Formats: sequence, C-alpha cells, structure tokens
Amino acid sequence: MSEHVNMHAIARLVPEGARVLDLGCGDGALLDYLQTHRGCTGYGVEIDDVNIQACIKRGVNVLQLNLDEGLTMFADQSFDVVLQIDTLQHLRNAEVMLRETVRVGRTGILAFPNFAHWPNRLSILTGSMPVTKRLPYQWYDTPNIRVGTYADFAQLATQNHLKIIDSFGLQEGQEVRGWPNLMAGTAVFKLKG
Amino acid sequence: MPLIATPQSMFFEAPLALQSGASIRAYHLAYETYGTLNADKSNAVLICHALNASHHVAGVYPGQDKSEGWWDNMIGPGKAVDTNRFFVIGVNNLGSCFGSTGPMHAHPDTGEIYGANFPVVTVEDWVDAQARLLDTLGIQTLAAVMGGSLGGMQALSWALRYPERVAHAVVVASAPNLTAENIAFNEVARRAIVTDPDFHGGHYYKHGVVPQRGLRIARMIGHITYLSDDVMNEKFGRQLREAVTHNATGYRYSTQDVEFQIESYLRYQGDKFSEYFDANTYLLITRALDYFDPARTLGGDLTAALAQAACKFLLVSFTTDWRFSPARSREMVRALLDNKRDVSYAEIDAPHGHDAFLLNDARYMNVVGSYFDNIARTLTMGGPA
Repeated sequence: MSEHVNMHAIARLVPEGARVLDLGCGDGALLDYLQTHRGCTGYGVEIDDVNIQACIKRGVNVLQLNLDEGLTMFADQSFDVVLQIDTLQHLRNAEVMLRETVRVGRTGILAFPNFAHWPNRLSILTGSMPVTKRLPYQWYDTPNIRVGTYADFAQLATQNHLKIIDSFGLQEGQEVRGWPNLMAGTAVFKLKG
Repeated sequence: MPLIATPQSMFFEAPLALQSGASIRAYHLAYETYGTLNADKSNAVLICHALNASHHVAGVYPGQDKSEGWWDNMIGPGKAVDTNRFFVIGVNNLGSCFGSTGPMHAHPDTGEIYGANFPVVTVEDWVDAQARLLDTLGIQTLAAVMGGSLGGMQALSWALRYPERVAHAVVVASAPNLTAENIAFNEVARRAIVTDPDFHGGHYYKHGVVPQRGLRIARMIGHITYLSDDVMNEKFGRQLREAVTHNATGYRYSTQDVEFQIESYLRYQGDKFSEYFDANTYLLITRALDYFDPARTLGGDLTAALAQAACKFLLVSFTTDWRFSPARSREMVRALLDNKRDVSYAEIDAPHGHDAFLLNDARYMNVVGSYFDNIARTLTMGGPA
C-alpha cells in the first residue's frame, strides 16, 4: 500500500466482512484498516523483510512470497477480494498476475500510477520522462518496471476477457470519473474473471 | 545480570499411553522455567526442543562457563521471547539423555536398564507428556508453543492434539513430515550406530562401552545436512588442515590422515557429540522424526489434518535450509490457508542452512519478536498481565 493511493478510497470498494488477499501489502496499513473498520479478514503478501515485520507487529497476517513466482499457494476463488494496490508496476509477470488475481479472488481491485495523467504527458512533450509526486523516480532508478495508462489497462483487461465492474481515477484522494486517463494520477479498476 | 536457569524434575507415576500401543509409567521429566506465571496463567510459552537439545533453553547455570541455553539468543529478558512478559517452559522429552527418563534409566518394574527396550516414542507422545507437565503446573492454556525443526513438529502437533489449549503456534524450520531423502539420512546415521561393534543390540551399558564410532559418524552426517554448501565453502573451502612443504600441492597423499579442514571440523564435531549423547536416544529421536506425519491417517491430506488446529500460526523458514526446506513450510501455510486459519509466514534469506534457526539473524529475531509483542499486547488487553 503506497501513501499515494488514498486508503479510504480503496477501502470503500471492499465489502464489509470480506475475506481479502492484499498482494504487495507493504506495512499492512490497509489490511489493518479493513480488519478494524470493515470487519474484513485475510492475508497480505510481501517480499520485503521490513514490511513483513511491520505487518506481524500490527497483527496482520502476512506471507513472505515472491509475486513473480505466481499465486500457486492460493486456491481458486478462495478470496472475496484480491487487492493489487501499487503492485502491478513492480511485477515482471503483470499479465499473468492479473489473471491470477481474478482466479484467486471473486473480485480484483487494482490501483497503479496512470502514466497518461496530463503532467506526465507534458513532461514527455518537453522530451523528458516525468518526475512527479506520484512518479518520484528518475528513469534510471525507478522500481516501476511497468509503466502503463488507464486506457492501456482497460484494453489489457478486455484482452484477457475480464469484466470491469467499475473503474475511475484517483487524484488527491478524490474519485475522478471524467476523463480519468487525462485527469488522474492513479487508475483504479474493479474486475471479475 | 544474566538469567539464571534452575533445572527441575517432575515425577509421573501414572502410565502414559503411547502411539505404539505400549505405555510408560513412573518416569521423570526434566524442565526449566523462566519468568513469572501471571495471575490468570495466560502468559505461558512452551518451547519444544529438536534432536540434540534439552530443557535448558535459556539462561546460564551459575559458575559454569558457556552454559547458555540452546535458544538463549531468542529467549530471555528483553529478547524476542521476552521472559519479562512471558512464563517460558523448556521440557526435556522422554527418551532423551539430558535428565528426563530415557534408555539409560531403569525400568520401574524390572529394575533393569531400558537400553534397546525403551519404548519407541513419537512426537505425539512427547506432546502428551508435555501436556501432563502443564496440567501439574496448573497451566490450562499456552499463550504460545514454539519450536524449530523437530521442535516445530511438536508445536504443530500441539495445535492438532490440544487445539483448545494453544493460542499461538510458532513453527520454525520444520516440515509436516520427512521426505524420503530425509529419512534416508536418518537411516544412514542409525546404521552407523547399530553396526558399531560396541552397540551390543542397544545394551551397551552393561558391557561398559559406548558405540562412539557410530555416534561420531551419525553426527558427521547430520552436521553436513544442517549446513549449506555455500556456508561450508565459505568456512572451509578446500583449505588443508596443515599443508606439507615437500609437495607443491601441500597434500600429504594419504587416504587416512585428516587432510582438509572440513574433515577436521566434522571429526571434531563427531568426537564432541559422541562424548555426551546417548546412542539409543539418537535412534529413538530420529525415529520420532521419521514417524511424524499428521496427515498419514487421512490419506496424506494435510489440509484435512490441519483442520483440527484452532490457533494462530507463525511459520518461519530459511532459504538455504535443504533439510527442512521452505517448500515444506509452504505446504503447511497452504494447508492453513485452505482451512482459513490465521497464519503469517517469513522466509528468511539466510546462508546458514538448517542451522540458521539457532543462529542470530536480525530479521529472524525481529519477526519472532514482533509476533510475541503482538501476543503480549493481546494478553494485556484480555486481562491482568
């Protein structure tokens, strides 16, 4: 869970009492919130040692696994919701993981930086990769190995025969429903397999 | 001020029914406790030991050099398992050779030394014996049961046999059963002992000898499997113990002298072990490892087996551990997920092989420490600490 994605905006999408798998759960803040305020249960998946410790400390179930090795640990449709919040852009196997997300979860919720947000477009027009609050890295040291847009993702979802239940942009914690591909720094998709 | 450990012993007259159908009565269990049991007896943590360890888990014996307990880096005041908050219990298992009744003791009816006649004991039997000890100490529920390797199997077994008595199980570098390869290593070790001419069918005590050759070899084999290839190479590589000067290679060209440092190290470990460890105990404990398989009577269905568990779990494995590999821990995680049990799993990227579970690694200690912090927090919320 990145500080860039408004936790409450995502939590709203998760039904009360849902069984949740949070892929790339960071320090477990979102799961903690969902457990405390929405009566959810579930697990986070993380690779980073420090995040594992942080999750355990706050009493959030966490599994140290490498998402690049897939989700073979998890049975079909074993979760109500599978979250990929600011995770997609770090995955080598992003497309496989998208299919895995809806295999394991009855619903998948994904959020990731939208590269087509207008300040990024401006930056490219001036001949440089964007460096913004949302994409704070230089091109040569970014951990984001997948850069895509809201529109690109919609196409990938369709290509994989996934049903988009809802989608919108997020900007400064607010939902952006008009021209999200242009107007929002973060893209959010709610999907079914 | 170091933690002072005081060994204690408890006698059990009533027979304990064993998995084999046999029973054992009039036995002692050696144990130690650290910290203070709280008013509502909710802060007890049971530590289960592996092959060659004992009830001496933490602290030191006054006036004895190097007498730290085998998990002293993990357990003590202010440590990951904090004895300022938890009442920690270490128990020596039946059949062991560190104080609890074992093959070197006398049968209560015949007065004869058990030797090879000591009943075969299993992980389940040990857990039942530990439960009796807790009954006598007046402890109904464990805040946590924890163990590494064979100790982890006991922690898992606790969760299955006494689900209502365990709040948390911490299973480190363990497995839901041994693989064929793993049983094979145990069998080589056992054959080394049993074929030692000093073994005398397990009744070596009355011959006044000890099958030390067999024990040495058993320990050497075990030791190889507890380390990783990398760590062995880093520690010893191809270093010679003492290069000779008359050959450019430094080799002695001898088939029987100690040539390489690794040989010297293994022989030293074997010698040391054969001085203090009982051969019959080695056979018994490796057999307990082989037999452990909670899914066996359920057609190998681990998910069905772990459905018995009600507690929360922390599992830890180490990436270079090939004797109890991360894959085996993941099997248990998977089975717990299938049962919708609370589980956290840490896979520590440590170079030390199976031995890593006994060594200091900040990530490992922090994970376990954080888990116990969280348990302590729920204890405080649940009642007087």
